[in-house]
Amino acid sequence: MLEAKDIAVLRGEQIVFVELSFTVSPGEAILLIGANGAGKSTLLRLLAGLIPLAEGSLTWDGQPILTDPAVHAGRLRYLAHADALKPSLSVEENLRFWARQWGGDIAQALDAVDLLPLAGLPARLLSAGQKRRLALARLALAPAPLWLLDEPSVGLDVASIARFGELLAAHRARGGMVLAATHVPLPLPGARELRLGRPA
Amino acid sequence: MIALLRRELLLAARHPADTLAACLFFLLVTALFPFGVGPSPETLARLAPGALLAAALLAALLPLDRLFGAEAEDGSLDQLLLSGLSGTQIAAVKAVAHWLTTGAPLLLATPVAAAMLNLPEPAWGVAMLALALATFILSLLGTAGAALTLGARRGGVLLPLLVLPLAIPAMIFGAAAIEAAASGVNWKPFLLLLAAFAAAAAPLAPLAAGAALRSD
Repeated sequence: MLEAKDIAVLRGEQIVFVELSFTVSPGEAILLIGANGAGKSTLLRLLAGLIPLAEGSLTWDGQPILTDPAVHAGRLRYLAHADALKPSLSVEENLRFWARQWGGDIAQALDAVDLLPLAGLPARLLSAGQKRRLALARLALAPAPLWLLDEPSVGLDVASIARFGELLAAHRARGGMVLAATHVPLPLPGARELRLGRPA
Repeated sequence: MIALLRRELLLAARHPADTLAACLFFLLVTALFPFGVGPSPETLARLAPGALLAAALLAALLPLDRLFGAEAEDGSLDQLLLSGLSGTQIAAVKAVAHWLTTGAPLLLATPVAAAMLNLPEPAWGVAMLALALATFILSLLGTAGAALTLGARRGGVLLPLLVLPLAIPAMIFGAAAIEAAASGVNWKPFLLLLAAFAAAAAPLAPLAAGAALRSD
């Protein structure tokens, strides 16, 4: 279980949010809602351990998560705005490093996002939506309990969103947690909403 | 770490122009010396050790500012930091990959450059050894510098200003070793000092770079 208690984050001199508390249990999904600049991406980066916590506590099954970032990194998959693809590598080669690092079958992961027929194509030839699907394929490689998704459905067509929904459902059926920042509806039935707003 | 090194080498293999550019830069800089100081063989041979070292260090600097910059721009750096490798491990792999794709190819070009500078032939082997160690030191220092200047405006200018002064000992001992070999003196102590510098930088530079990568 992921538990955040009265957390606050500073970016530069600016307070992004304060006194934010929430818990996520296995199988649960949380949608982060808020205007641009409300701190959705910042919260996801914080939960990934990429930025420091200014105040409060963040625990995973009772253990503080930021003491050992490497251990925490092993628990999560983070899908950022940027797709983190190398244009000169082929679709399959883009996943190869992650498959070696985490385990998992590349062909299966590509099949889950319907990119298997394009496996040999350089990533620079993919469309924006296809690049997003390749980034999503990283989630499908090997299971991790916590998925942090930053506007995961940007650029996806209806069929791809449906396939993404299957991925999310399988992840939650395994007891996985999802935190997703979004402005559009996502295929996450029964998700709770966490509204972020600028502090007054 | 091996997986990351394989990824780095695969990426370098897809962009062979970067490696070739460093080699050609190295050869062109050494080719400029005869034009500047005149074709007198004695003067050239006198200049050769320092010119070789300076040209190699400058050539190895060329691809450094993209070392982490390219990764940070496309979001790969965040993903690498979450891949289960520590910042120090990532930096160590980056330094080794930089040496393999820039420093090592420079060694292949060294005999050509040495010939152009009229370096006595018996010193060529020592020159390659000295350049191998000196470029390895630069890869290590440069990785730390690249991590520190990541995100800085005009980091590409800041990086040489930060790294080159630190590389002065490598320059001194490397050139002294080649000089000694060219004049038939014992060159071993200089190379050993150079190796000691490399041995000290090998753990310290990735540690510094890893800490810099972590602090956003």
